[in-house]
Amino acid sequence: MATKDVKINDPMRDPVTGENRVIAPGHTLRSVTEKISRIVLTSHTPLGWFGGIMVASGVATLLAICVTWLFLRGVGIWGITQPVAWGFAIINFVWWIGIGHAGTLISAILLLFKQTWRNSINRFAEAMTLFAVVCAGMFPLIHVGRPWLGYWLFPYPNTMNVWPQFRSPLLWDVFAVSTYATISVVFWYIGLVPDFGTMRDRAKSKVGQYIYGMVSLGWRGSVRHWVRYETASLLLAGLATPLVLSVHTVISFDFAVALLPGWHTTIFPPYFVAGAIYSGFAMVITLAVPIRKFYHLEDMITIRHIENMGKVMLTTGLIVAYGYSMEVFMAWYSASHWEYFMMWNRMFGPMGWSYWVLITCNIALPQLLWLRAWRRSPSLMFLMSLIVNTGMWFERFVIVVTSLTRDYLPSSWGTYKATRWDYGTFVGTLGLFTVLFFLFIRFVPMIPMQEIKVLLPQSKVREEAEPLPEAGD
Amino acid sequence: MPVREGTYGLLAEFDTPGELVRAAKAAYGSGWRRLDCYTPYPLEEAAEAIGFHRDEVSLVCLLGGLLGLAAMYGLETWISVWGYPLNIGGRPYYSWVAFMIPAYEWTILYAGLSAAFGMLAMCGLPSLYHPLFNAPNFRNGATNDKFFLCLEADDPKFVLDEARKFLEDQSPVSVVEVEY
Repeated sequence: MATKDVKINDPMRDPVTGENRVIAPGHTLRSVTEKISRIVLTSHTPLGWFGGIMVASGVATLLAICVTWLFLRGVGIWGITQPVAWGFAIINFVWWIGIGHAGTLISAILLLFKQTWRNSINRFAEAMTLFAVVCAGMFPLIHVGRPWLGYWLFPYPNTMNVWPQFRSPLLWDVFAVSTYATISVVFWYIGLVPDFGTMRDRAKSKVGQYIYGMVSLGWRGSVRHWVRYETASLLLAGLATPLVLSVHTVISFDFAVALLPGWHTTIFPPYFVAGAIYSGFAMVITLAVPIRKFYHLEDMITIRHIENMGKVMLTTGLIVAYGYSMEVFMAWYSASHWEYFMMWNRMFGPMGWSYWVLITCNIALPQLLWLRAWRRSPSLMFLMSLIVNTGMWFERFVIVVTSLTRDYLPSSWGTYKATRWDYGTFVGTLGLFTVLFFLFIRFVPMIPMQEIKVLLPQSKVREEAEPLPEAGD
Repeated sequence: MPVREGTYGLLAEFDTPGELVRAAKAAYGSGWRRLDCYTPYPLEEAAEAIGFHRDEVSLVCLLGGLLGLAAMYGLETWISVWGYPLNIGGRPYYSWVAFMIPAYEWTILYAGLSAAFGMLAMCGLPSLYHPLFNAPNFRNGATNDKFFLCLEADDPKFVLDEARKFLEDQSPVSVVEVEY
């Protein structure tokens, strides 16, 4: 980065390198503890929090209503039909689980690459993963039609003497998603243990001390424990990295292994993974921008974070664009009538509008991220994150619906129209996600204190006479 | 567990990581072996200063991962070849390519759980009570912004007055005696 455009007195810039700081100068170990733990330990819950969770709970109630009605009447209340047996449920499943992937990327892959800027956003990105997986996991279960038999998916000895069929990608999904959920919970919780120790020691109320004391497992910061803890964190990160890549790959197999035109392609695994990370980073921005404003965390979630996430979005967005263009290219190059017609139908068929929404939201508009000023503006990035997530939802809509409605013979063609129960269930999961997130920011330290402390210059062992460098270098 | 009484150890408090590491090195250098440092964030230098270099978490993780791999691959093979053989589009009963995917997931699942729970077990956690929590300054600082060195009474070198004198020579903020 050029140093000439550095404003001399900008405290968020390093005067030597011109880089944006990861954390504002002037923080001490104590001030980091204070600032982060105060959000949780305060006895005055902000009114905005109550207002927010009330609205979110109202929306989540919609989910409860829709699911109750679904259990009373069956999946016929949805728009699914023949030939579109996978409607909103699968679109939403893929969309939500993709959103979760950015959390794992931030917490695991960026940890392995020693990207210290991730330290302040990894906790809530990971919480986002968990809540997204909760929303995602629900959809296949309620879509099976007989959800009370959902446990048949698992291999267990039973009196019927039947076992699952391991050559089906749908069964691979069961293991991929359940492993992903478990490892995400464990990784998140292990990361929280030292911070829960801090909360236990700082809680004023007896109840707080008991609860945080329990969940901190008696953490006391012994350096022997820290060494093992760091090893375990690195191992979990090293395991979560191939895991996150495999999860969306396996989900793409659900489509790619089928023989349907528009699904049966080899580009799906990489382009699904890139799309997952793309939408996940968008969701992190959707959450981070209001939170840093509301809780005044601008000195820990800095413009540098926003800008870096913008760069990741731009990169993954271009990979996704490559995926789309390869689909078009292969439709032509394969010289297969079915493929050719599939692509024509996608673009100009009865649901062609959805393809152009997708191209606009996922490829055209995100090119604005090339502009530095855009990436550095929280409100514009917030807007972009909403656009990208809309686009990514439409990507799954296009893949699922337009491919299924018109496959081979016109005699088996059909159409698809979502009902209000489809929309209600989808909007309801947005409410559930938001409620869980509100609870998280109220009761759990949303920024990992110990990981921020490591970034401070005071945390380093120094020789006696060396001057203290500024924070965030 | 029998109730223990008496002194657990002597706890010295420091303001900076540098002072802690110097004191820990001095203690280890003069023969102390039952000692520990407590810091609010991971401080590798302090672990090295008290001679704690390697941990076995990686080994447990590896064994766990291999167990998960073997368990799932074995289960799939048994089900598909012997337990409940099904002809799926003429594919072989022993479809190892397909079996690799759930086996891969379970490798990661078992390895991750082993790393996490193995780490906790090796640390002796959860242990909700620890004598150090009795020290008035420990809970204020150890998880916040202070650095502690504890010489434990189990050490054969431990004589209360000598240990106290040794710690006070390291210019700590305070030295307190910790009771069980």
